[in-house]
Order: sequence, then structure tokens, then C-alpha cells
Amino acid sequence: MANKLNISINGFPVEIEKGKTILEAAEGQGITIPTLCYHKDLCVAGNCRVCVVEVEGQNRLSAACATPCEEGMEILTNSLKVRNSRKHIIELLLTEHNADCTKCYRNGNCELQKLASDYKIMTQDFIELVPLKNYSIDMFSPSIIKDDSKCIRCQRCVRTCAELQGVNALSVAHKGDQMKITTFFEKALRDVVCTNCGQCINHCPTGALVEKNYIEEVWEAIANPDKHVIVQTAPAVRVGLGEELGLEPGSRVTGQMVAALKRLGFDSVLDTDFTADLTIVEEGTELLMRLKSALVDKDKNVKLPMATSCSPGWIKYMEHLYPEFLDYLSSCKSPQQMFGALAKTYYAKARNLEPEKIVSVSIMPCTAKKFEAYRPEMHDSGYRDVDYVLTTRELAILIKQAGLDFNKLEPVKYDRLMGESTGAGVIFGASGGVMEAALRTAYEIVTGRDVPFENLNIEPVRGMEVIKEATIKIEKPLKEWAFLDGVELKCAVAHGLVNAKKVMDAVKAGKADYHFIEFMGCPGGCLGGGGQPIPTNAEIRQKRAEAIYAEDGEMPMRKSHQNPEVIKLYKDFLKEPLGEVSHHLLHTKYTKRKRY
Amino acid sequence: MANSHQLKRVDFIFRNDNDWEKILSNTIKKKPQELINELMSSELKGRGGAGFPTGLKWKYTAEEKSDQKYVICNADEGEPGTFKDREILSKVPYKVLTAMAVCGYITGATEGFIYLRGEYKFLEPELNKAINEFEYYCKDIKLDFKINIFMGSGAYICGEETALMESMEGRRGEPRNKPPFPTQKGYLGKPTVINNVETLVHTFTIFKFGAKKFYDLGVQYSRGTKLFSVSGDTPKPGIFELELGMSLQDFVYEFGDGDTKSVQVGGASGFLVPRKSFKDAAIGFKGKLSGISLPTGGSMMLFNSSRSMYNVLDNYLEFFREESCGQCTPCRVGCQQLLLGIKAVKRGEKPASYLDKLIRLTETMQLTAKCGLGQSVANSFSSIVENFREEMIY
Repeated sequence: MANKLNISINGFPVEIEKGKTILEAAEGQGITIPTLCYHKDLCVAGNCRVCVVEVEGQNRLSAACATPCEEGMEILTNSLKVRNSRKHIIELLLTEHNADCTKCYRNGNCELQKLASDYKIMTQDFIELVPLKNYSIDMFSPSIIKDDSKCIRCQRCVRTCAELQGVNALSVAHKGDQMKITTFFEKALRDVVCTNCGQCINHCPTGALVEKNYIEEVWEAIANPDKHVIVQTAPAVRVGLGEELGLEPGSRVTGQMVAALKRLGFDSVLDTDFTADLTIVEEGTELLMRLKSALVDKDKNVKLPMATSCSPGWIKYMEHLYPEFLDYLSSCKSPQQMFGALAKTYYAKARNLEPEKIVSVSIMPCTAKKFEAYRPEMHDSGYRDVDYVLTTRELAILIKQAGLDFNKLEPVKYDRLMGESTGAGVIFGASGGVMEAALRTAYEIVTGRDVPFENLNIEPVRGMEVIKEATIKIEKPLKEWAFLDGVELKCAVAHGLVNAKKVMDAVKAGKADYHFIEFMGCPGGCLGGGGQPIPTNAEIRQKRAEAIYAEDGEMPMRKSHQNPEVIKLYKDFLKEPLGEVSHHLLHTKYTKRKRY
Repeated sequence: MANSHQLKRVDFIFRNDNDWEKILSNTIKKKPQELINELMSSELKGRGGAGFPTGLKWKYTAEEKSDQKYVICNADEGEPGTFKDREILSKVPYKVLTAMAVCGYITGATEGFIYLRGEYKFLEPELNKAINEFEYYCKDIKLDFKINIFMGSGAYICGEETALMESMEGRRGEPRNKPPFPTQKGYLGKPTVINNVETLVHTFTIFKFGAKKFYDLGVQYSRGTKLFSVSGDTPKPGIFELELGMSLQDFVYEFGDGDTKSVQVGGASGFLVPRKSFKDAAIGFKGKLSGISLPTGGSMMLFNSSRSMYNVLDNYLEFFREESCGQCTPCRVGCQQLLLGIKAVKRGEKPASYLDKLIRLTETMQLTAKCGLGQSVANSFSSIVENFREEMIY
């Protein structure tokens, strides 16, 4: 057959598709060839050389990840020559790597550690290079710690930053023994174009890039009897956490997670989904107002398309790379920060607590959220609105430290007051979810009817396609929205900053006539966030997305404006969307930043 | 003794008959296939050091289907001890340009680049003048071919063909994975012929005198002549065009100072030959015949008995440690380990047997490094350590 090749792997004949690499061919045969610089999300680099294999008739070994199969190839993946070379390479990497494993944040989940263990590198023949190097640790960022002594120079982070995110905050500098992964002029990550998205962390095989953790701070707050510690959990955490605790990707653990949080000692376990619903009401109203200004008042200054503002990585990206377009962003804070601002005002008042005694913790699939909480703008309650942001991974650490047998926990429900949510809030965790949630609400506000999609599932904006588009024609609107009659609402969804760039460049060039665009900084949206369990790849993200939509499908309420707690919040506190209190607590401004 | 003959000086390359216009216009009257056959029958091999058959390279590129193809002249002459390309480009630039244009004609490329070593910036003005005149003539004879100079920035690794292309495309000079080879996907992903300066000049000789004249020089597997950059402990340093295949013994008789202890053939990435092996070693590409055949990009460094081979190796390794691009593990870390390793043995911190561990390490580097740099560190390392072990230890 024309599209097939006949090769042999370790003496066994194999028929494979043309164009497959040796690594893929071996994988298909159930043979794992070890890799380090290879990652399914990224282009092939072929620089760690751990995956070398022997090809009969060739003097040198070939990198399995980078070598396409050819007809008649006889491949040996475990010959003595291969084993000896591979062992040498692992040994070499270890001499350059600060192998202080017991003190490493990635202890137990490190690809180099696993290789060293698999190949039983028990002695060190070669000279330890770590003490001779002037390694530095960058701890200035509120989100990311970069420890060069743990770096194995596989460049996965560099490729991630360039290919997935188009940010290029990380790059390679110098050559030879001085070669290192660094930033523009070797500045701290805090001071460069880094968006804190954390994708570099998710793709780092070792502990060279890790989140800045706030585990001890949270334990201390919990232990402090004077503090009322509340916790909010983002939508995507409930479909990722299980992976860190031994479950399959795509496991939905909402109830167990809430149970675990209660057992950890949080005084109140609440849901970011609640403020996701709130975001929809505010942001949907904002969109309709902008449309009204544009269509009725013919205001030329109104900024359309309006872009979502839930993803703090995306926000910082805009601030650095499209500072002239900041007015296009919705002024809504992200659900995390809306929650934070309400926690120390509305919640404090309702529960009769002094706001300074509240410690507000959030569990996020995201490292950029750590930066977001730390922004000077995010103190609208009069205090720091969100005190500590933990990633999904950090939550798993808390659970393990507390010795909880996660899988034996009986699911329980969130506490009330800011714990109620709808399916629309849940799907914030997937790319396209904010768009879908917004459309479900906005269409109903305008027409009084459900969005014209079966079961409210707006399929065109779902899925992993990098840029998605949808058009909804508004027909027979209610009287006050008559000006929208016949208007085709054009929407776009982009996830992964490299794709956001494509859409923004089209907007910049005047070639995008959208009204509303959802941008998410990470591939797949929050479920693929930089704070989610490691490893990540398209398959895992797909499973998490399926879990999110399943969660939505089973919710009794699936439209944000139906959320009774949101209705109550407006009645008792905010009065109306975009009202004065909202303006003060729920909306924000952005900061122009430079690229360098 | 290997397949060798007496040392013979030849004068093709620097003989300047000022007839390039005639050669160019006559050559492009022939059919591309005819010219490829001519090149193949000359058995010219690349003179940068790797020795890939030039005719085959041009043929592969000619066979590729693409809207755009490129010809690159690799003038990033960085191997320690070679300085021949500089001489070619300053003395006979028109021969190089002619060869590039003919290559373009054969392969279908209409654009050529000279990747000029950063340190050769001083050549640029004269070279540009030559290019202007050359392009003017091309227009005259209706040959669509443009040539640009691309200045390198001083990295040794950019002499590696794919790292060179990365550098030209504005990225870090890091070698690419092969396949695909440059003939399939080279500069900007288009089929590209990349040849050393000297290789191109030899094609000029072949187009001028015919393949037979070239083929008749040299020995089996190593046809034609080669420029040698002779340096070190020699009363006659300089550049010499010699017939390929001479024995190292004859070479040392000609160029030695009477006290030659060893010769480094092929620069830091080549082999060191000790005195006892001079008579067994022939300079040329590896053939099927027995004996030692030493390929070289042209660097011949002679060392006399006043030289410490430990210092020589130390110097090479320091060079490699710094000039490795740093991307692949065996080369980046391997070079550091080799350098520190010989120092540790010298200081008595590691036993003499550690040298054997290091030799095994160079074997791994040779097997697994991504490009020729890391692969060839083993050459000088093992040939020096094996032949001058006592100098490494005491």
C-alpha cells in the first residue's frame, strides 16, 4: 500500500503509516522510548537526545522523536549501544542539574527524576557541574519561580512561550556551557512581557519552573482562630483536581472537592461559579449597552468588538502587546476578583463579620490569577480582595498533607451565600464557555426566549478548534431592544495567546467585524490552565472539556441570570447591573505596559 | 601504506586567467543534466570537511520541485587553523560567484547568498564590488541570478549548514534535525544547495577544464586538489594547493621544521596524528582501502616537541565548550565534562583510568550529538589522549 511502510522494531516487523516518526511507531507497538525535550503540544526539537535509537546500517544513533520512518528501517530501541548512550546522557544531565530532589517542589512528578530512577543511575562518575555554575533563582514574580539550577535546557518552556502563547518571554541566550533559558536582557520575569499564564510550568519536565506557592500562608490562616477563612473554587478545578489525586483525566470531583475543603478547615466553601454567573449579567449588560450606543446613539467612540476580561494572562498580554486596544476589553473584573470584592463587603455584611478578619482564598487552574490578585487595582473592598491564590496542584498538596483519602469522601454541596451556581458558570472553565453563557443570557434578555440552540448547547463555540466563530440573528426582540431586530450578532472565540494574537491582528487591521470576542490565555481555556495538573496535552484537555460540559448538562439551572443568589445579590446589595455599587466593586481599569 | 602518492603542488585555484565571463557564458549553454554528469564524473567531494559528493547535492536540489530555490556559499570559515576561504574570496571572488550562478542555473535557483564570517567583514566592500560587476554581466547574458552577502556574527556553530540557515532566517544559530536535508528544505524551507567556498571554486575548475582533468588528480575516493592551511611549527606557513592523497610523511618532509611531533589534520574537530603514524596516514576521504585516511577541511597544524599535547587538547576543549550551541545534551555537557575531566586527571583529583571513561563519553557524543560539532569532538580527544596519554597524566 502506498501510504504504508514496512519497518521492524527490535526484530519484529511492523507496518506503519507513512510520515510517522520512530517514536510514534514505537508507541504504537507499546514500546516507550524515553523522552525529555519532546512534548505532544510542541514542535519537535530533538535536543535532549534521550530518545536515541539504533537504526541498522547507520553509524550514528537517531533521535526517535525527530526521525521519520523509512521503508525497510530496522530499528533497535534497547540495544546495548542505545542503553549505554542513553545512560550517559541522563548522567550528563544530572551533573548539570541541581538534583536536590527531596527539596524540590516537583519531587515525585519530575521527568528527569523518573528517568534517573528507571535507568538506576546510582553513582556519579562525572564531575558535578552545579557548584561551578552561577545559577540564579528568580522569585520576584507573584506567580512563577524560575530556578535555573533545575533547568535541563530542553527548551520546552521556550517553545511553549513562543508556539502556544506567542509571548516569547522566555528564550535561549548564550551558547556552549553558558547557554541558558532566560528573558529579555535577563531581567526578572516580573519585569518582562511574561503574562504569568504558567504554561511554561505545565510543560517543564523538572522543577525549573514552578508556581509560587502559598500553601503555608493558607495553613496559617486556617489555624488562626481570629480569622474567617473562605475559599472559592474556579470552574475548571473540579475537572482537573482528580488527576493530581490518582484519578483519570476528565473525572468530575466537585462534591468530593467541597468535602475536602471543609475538612481542611475552611470556614466557608464557596464557588467562583457564582461570580461567573454574576460576570455574565454584568458583562452581558455591558455588551448590550455598547451595542445600543453604537446602533441607536450612533456613538463613534464606542469600542466594538468587546473582548472578555476573565483571563488575567490574556489581560496582561493585551496590556503589553495591544495597549491601544485596552478600551475594547470589558471593564468587568474576572469572577475571582468579583468574588474577592464581594467577600469583604457583601458577604462580610451578610454574615456580620469584620472584613479585616476575612481571609479570602481562591483555588484556580491558573497562575496568572496569583498576579491578578496582587494587582493594586484589586483592593476595591478596602482590603486586598483575594488574599491567597492556590492552583489546582496546590490544593492537591493541601489534601495530601491533611492525609485525606479523597476518593472516600462523600460529596457535599457548597455553602450558601455565594455558593450557588448555574451550568453557565461551570462552562467558564472551557474555551467558548463564557461566550456560550453570555449568549444564553443576553439572547433571553433581548428576546425573552431561549437561545435558538438545542438544549441551550451552543455547539459552534465549543471544542478545541483554535478560533471559533458563531453568528446569532436576533429576531423579534422585546420592545426596549427593538433596535437589535435583525441584527446578526457576530462572535468569535480564541484560546491560547498565539491564537488571540491572530484575532487581535485582524481586529487591528479592521478585518474583523465581530461584536463580541471571548479570549482565553491558555489552550482549551481554563481547563488547560497553567495551574492545572501536569502533564497536559490535547487528549487530556479534551477529557476535561467533556467533563465540564457534562457538569453543565446536569445542572438544574443553566442560565446565569436564573441564579437565585445572583438575583438576591442585586436585590439586596448591587441594585442593578452596571449600577454604582457594581461600578465600584465589580469593574476595573487596565494599565498600559511596554513590551520590553 | 594507504592509498597515497608523492606530494604535488598544483595551481588551479589562484591562477587568475580572468576568463570567468567566458566560462560562465559557455557553461550555461550546456544542459543542466550534462553539467551534473560532468560534476558527478569528476567525483568532487565537499571541501568543508564532510566530503559529500557535490554533483549529488546539486542533482538532488535540481530534482526538487519548488517555486524558489537558493544557493548558499558557506564562507563562515571558523575551524581553528583554516584560512583558505578568506584567501579565495579576496583573490578570486569571481570564480566563486560564477560557480554559484552555474549552480543556480543547474538547480533552478535565482538567488544566492554568501554567508560571510563576522570576522571577515573587511572583505565585504571588495566582495560587494565584485558582486555588482558580476550581476551586471549576468544581466548582460540574460542569466537571472542575484547574490547577497549575509554577515555572520561570530559563532563557530553557524558554519554548520543548518545552523547557518537558522541564523540567516533571524533565529539562534542552532543546527536543525536532519532529515529533511537542505537539498529538500533549506533556507526558508526551500531546496538549497550549500557549499563551502572552496568546493565552489573547484566546480569552476571542472567547468573550465572538464571533469577528467580534475579526476586525474588525486587518488581513488579523493579526487582533485585541495587547499591546505598550514600553520603551527613550520617554517612555511601559508596556503597551498596540493593534490589530494599525499602521505602525511611527505607533507611533514615538506612543511615540518625537522622536529615535528604531531600534526593536527582538520582543525580542532579533526584528528591528531603522532609521528609514528605519519607514514601510514594519507590525506583524503575515507575509502575502502586499508590504512588511515584523514579527511580535512584544509587545516594542518604542526606541533614540534616543545609543545604540550595536554595544552593543545585543553585549548581545543575550551574552544568546544564555548562554541557548542548548547542545545543538545551530549555536546553541551559532554564538552564541559571532557575539559574538567582532563584538568582533574592532570591535578591528580581523578585517576588516570578516568581518561578511559572520558573516551567512552566521547563515543557517546559521537553517536548521539545532533550535529557534526558534538560528533567530532571525539576525533581530537581520543586521538590525543590515546597517543599522548602520559602527557595527559604527568
